[in-house]
Amino acid sequence: MTLIIASSCAAVLLAVAALAVGIGRSPAATPTVYGLCLGASAVSLAAAVTHLLGTPTPIEATLPLGLPWLGAHVRIDALSAFFLAVVDLGAGAASLFALGYGRHELAPTRVLPFYPAFLAGMNLVVLADDAFTFLVSWEFMSLSSWALVMAHHRDPDNLRAGYVYLIMASFGTLALLLAFGLLAGPDGGYAFAAIRNAPPSSALAALVLILALIGAGSKAGLVPLHAWLPLAHPAAPSQVSALMSGVMTKVAVYGFARIMFDLVGSPAWWWSLPVLALGGVTAVMGVLYALMQHDLKRLLAYHTVENIGIIFIGLGLALAFKAYHMSLAAALALTAGLLHALNHSVFKSLLFFGAGALLTATGERDMERLGGLIHRMPQTAFMFLVGCAAISALPPLNGFVSEWLTFQAILLSPQLPSWGLTLLVPTVGALLALSAALAAACFVKAFGITFLGRPRTPVAAKAHETDRLSLAAMSFLAALCLVLGIMPGVFIDALAPVAQSFAGARMPVQAGVDWLSIVPIAESRSSYNGLLVFLFMVISGTLAASAIHRLASDRLRRAPAWDCGYPDSSPATQYSASSFAQPIRRVFGTVLFRAREHAQMPPPGDPRPARLTVVLRDPIWETLYAPIAGAVGWVTEHLNRLQFLTIRQFLSLVFAALVILLLVLALWP
Amino acid sequence: MALIVDFAVQGLQMLLVLMLAPLLTGLVRKVKARFLRRRGPSLLQPYRDLARLMRKEVVLAQNASWLFRVIPYLVFAATWVAASLVPTFRTGLLFSWSADLIAIIALLGSARFFLALAGLDVGTSFGGIGSSREVMIASLAEPAMIMIVFTLALIAGSTQLSTMAGYMLSSAVGLRVSLGLAAVALIMVAIAENARIPVDNPATHLELTMVHEAMVLEYSGRHLALIELSASLKLLLYVSLIACLFAPWGLAPPDAGGERLALGLASYLAKLAVGGVLLAVFETSIAKMRVFRVPEFLGAALMLGLLATLLLFVSRSL
Repeated sequence: MTLIIASSCAAVLLAVAALAVGIGRSPAATPTVYGLCLGASAVSLAAAVTHLLGTPTPIEATLPLGLPWLGAHVRIDALSAFFLAVVDLGAGAASLFALGYGRHELAPTRVLPFYPAFLAGMNLVVLADDAFTFLVSWEFMSLSSWALVMAHHRDPDNLRAGYVYLIMASFGTLALLLAFGLLAGPDGGYAFAAIRNAPPSSALAALVLILALIGAGSKAGLVPLHAWLPLAHPAAPSQVSALMSGVMTKVAVYGFARIMFDLVGSPAWWWSLPVLALGGVTAVMGVLYALMQHDLKRLLAYHTVENIGIIFIGLGLALAFKAYHMSLAAALALTAGLLHALNHSVFKSLLFFGAGALLTATGERDMERLGGLIHRMPQTAFMFLVGCAAISALPPLNGFVSEWLTFQAILLSPQLPSWGLTLLVPTVGALLALSAALAAACFVKAFGITFLGRPRTPVAAKAHETDRLSLAAMSFLAALCLVLGIMPGVFIDALAPVAQSFAGARMPVQAGVDWLSIVPIAESRSSYNGLLVFLFMVISGTLAASAIHRLASDRLRRAPAWDCGYPDSSPATQYSASSFAQPIRRVFGTVLFRAREHAQMPPPGDPRPARLTVVLRDPIWETLYAPIAGAVGWVTEHLNRLQFLTIRQFLSLVFAALVILLLVLALWP
Repeated sequence: MALIVDFAVQGLQMLLVLMLAPLLTGLVRKVKARFLRRRGPSLLQPYRDLARLMRKEVVLAQNASWLFRVIPYLVFAATWVAASLVPTFRTGLLFSWSADLIAIIALLGSARFFLALAGLDVGTSFGGIGSSREVMIASLAEPAMIMIVFTLALIAGSTQLSTMAGYMLSSAVGLRVSLGLAAVALIMVAIAENARIPVDNPATHLELTMVHEAMVLEYSGRHLALIELSASLKLLLYVSLIACLFAPWGLAPPDAGGERLALGLASYLAKLAVGGVLLAVFETSIAKMRVFRVPEFLGAALMLGLLATLLLFVSRSL
């Protein structure tokens, strides 16, 4: 039943895409398309949640589509039900947001047809149960999102973003294609059931691990394969940015989890090494890149990279524990990673919606040209603040819960009997702690520079609050941030079937614990109660407020800012995004980004202003991408000569190729 | 009945930290003044300052937003909740399980997050300089603190502060290299977190060297009183934390009677006094660092914490 509903929702989304091609130009198209998408996602979400909360026995079906001898297998089990819920939650919220936001779209015909197609693609990836359907849906998802990135294609930055994205997406799919090829083996058993029954040998499994890390990791944004992400995610319309950052990266996490926890069979201990190391590096690099940005949407996109790192740390720990048959610990780590995936999809969508609302109100993405918006857009500011606090892992909101669980999983790892992990895991823990602290710094900057202070430009001073539907979508997600933060036990219990089937055990039942606390292992070991922390903060805050208003003075007078006696009326004297990041840039960026500051001081008496230029260099782009791009350019330049051969030379080229191929075949042992 | 006693003890602890916090600040100031051969203000001066600030009107900058007015309450609430969860005179308080040490640190992180936002709200350059330096310091102090928590949690087998303190009291703990490293790192972090010399100077009003004071420059009246009280609470929290982890003697166990509680209370007061005097001695004997020396200082704390954790990963007995 669930499977039928979920697949029909995907089919409905595809039909909506076709409909959008037809009616794209009519003014009713925007509400119709987004309304239908909202409905389909809500139904699919309900189906997924019911399946997850019931006793999730896998349901399978084979549709007469695709390759004639294979058909299209679809299947819903605990893992796919969870990710289906994540996808459709994000999709529903984005559709609701787009009902309001989409009205400001300048080129609706470039967005409307691809949007439902993109949603359908993500739904199908999660439902797919054979390599062929998986890869087709994956590619469908990539290409429709590519079309959405290119929606505003006249901007040269977007063109470059689309180009890089297309290359990286094809590269990632190629890696996945090879991974599935290895998994299917020489007999070509492409159905996941066949792969599960014949797990590959350990050498092949190692290759599959590397290919899965490249394929799924490039889509998720693992450093160093993240280069496309901060270019492409901000380029799309904001509801699509939210989907790409909040949801599509989770589909990639699903792909990785499906391959590594399900298809490959029981893991070897060292598989977790690259996953953990990449996760830790990704978390810190992502947030450091984010700190250096002043484009709000790009900052958010880099933050996605950071959070993907945290999720992969959870998955890597789960792999390590699973390899040593420490099922309880594996369940904890896997739950932590998956819960963080859900949390991240909630707050990252919220933040991108906020960025979209700012974009409508001011037409600006550059934080250096905003400021003071809390006065003009109080509701958006409040929602955005909730998102910022949640992503900075502040209790009692949701981001803290999943990071706390990850820390608890790390604390269980000294029991792992292997030297490599013994040295790696604490380092990864330190990197995780560093990234959490830097994330808070980054979101002080994102909120403070954009919403607080004084307006830096006239557009920021004249901004208007965004429309009600957008606000409704944002308040829904903000409320969800709080709910996930104060009653995480419910969600941890909902993840139990996933942990049970993929980690071999489940976390202790949280529903029976007093006051909705969460207890990962045992109460004497660690427990956390978001609800009580929230209540305590509310009570002590109100207590303080009422005591002060009763006993102390409540007089208040407005006056010019004090600023040590020298307030300056020009808004340019405020701290800007780059000046706010300057201390951190000096601490971390001098080595990592080779940050250099050049001050140009005019000689005394010269009225020209002094200038400070900051040069940052992207180490990964320069050491990895630029040489490869250079090499490809060099080769194509030299191969270019082949275009101008005479017919005789062409024929001899073909003949030579044939002879060489035959020789290879003849000499093949 | 037992529940009522537990409630009373928890309530007593919450009141106790709130009441003692300004006294500790007063003590540090007094001892520092004596070392500088001044007489110094009375021990009760912080209370008088708070009362005076409460009575005064608030002068609010013209473009301050609603957030600016809410933040003092938020900061105070987060700090007070955190401070009342640290065992002071008795372990196993009624609500001690609601947040472990990681959550307490994150609560302090929340307070700092909002305070840094307050620094940016009015849009002045001093507020900005304070906020940006504060988050730079926090970005190193917080991971160092987490590494210290890891060390302690691996030794005690728990991140629950009450359990940790109980373990430290027991004879199972012994002398360990990792504990020594963690203690040094914790003291370094505590100095940085509380904006004490050599990281920051709580008494300075020399603009370019301020961090914490620059951030709260625009606050006045009752708002400033709350911020000052939160700062005192945070100092008390760190002294209590160091005391309950590294000098847990006298802490009353959860099932203690009145006599043990009185002993616990007395020893707690003694520990606070010793902590305050030591802090004053340390602060008078050292000069403030340049802001960009601070990362090296905190980086050392982070490395000590990481080293301690690594040692424990290598061998549980180190």
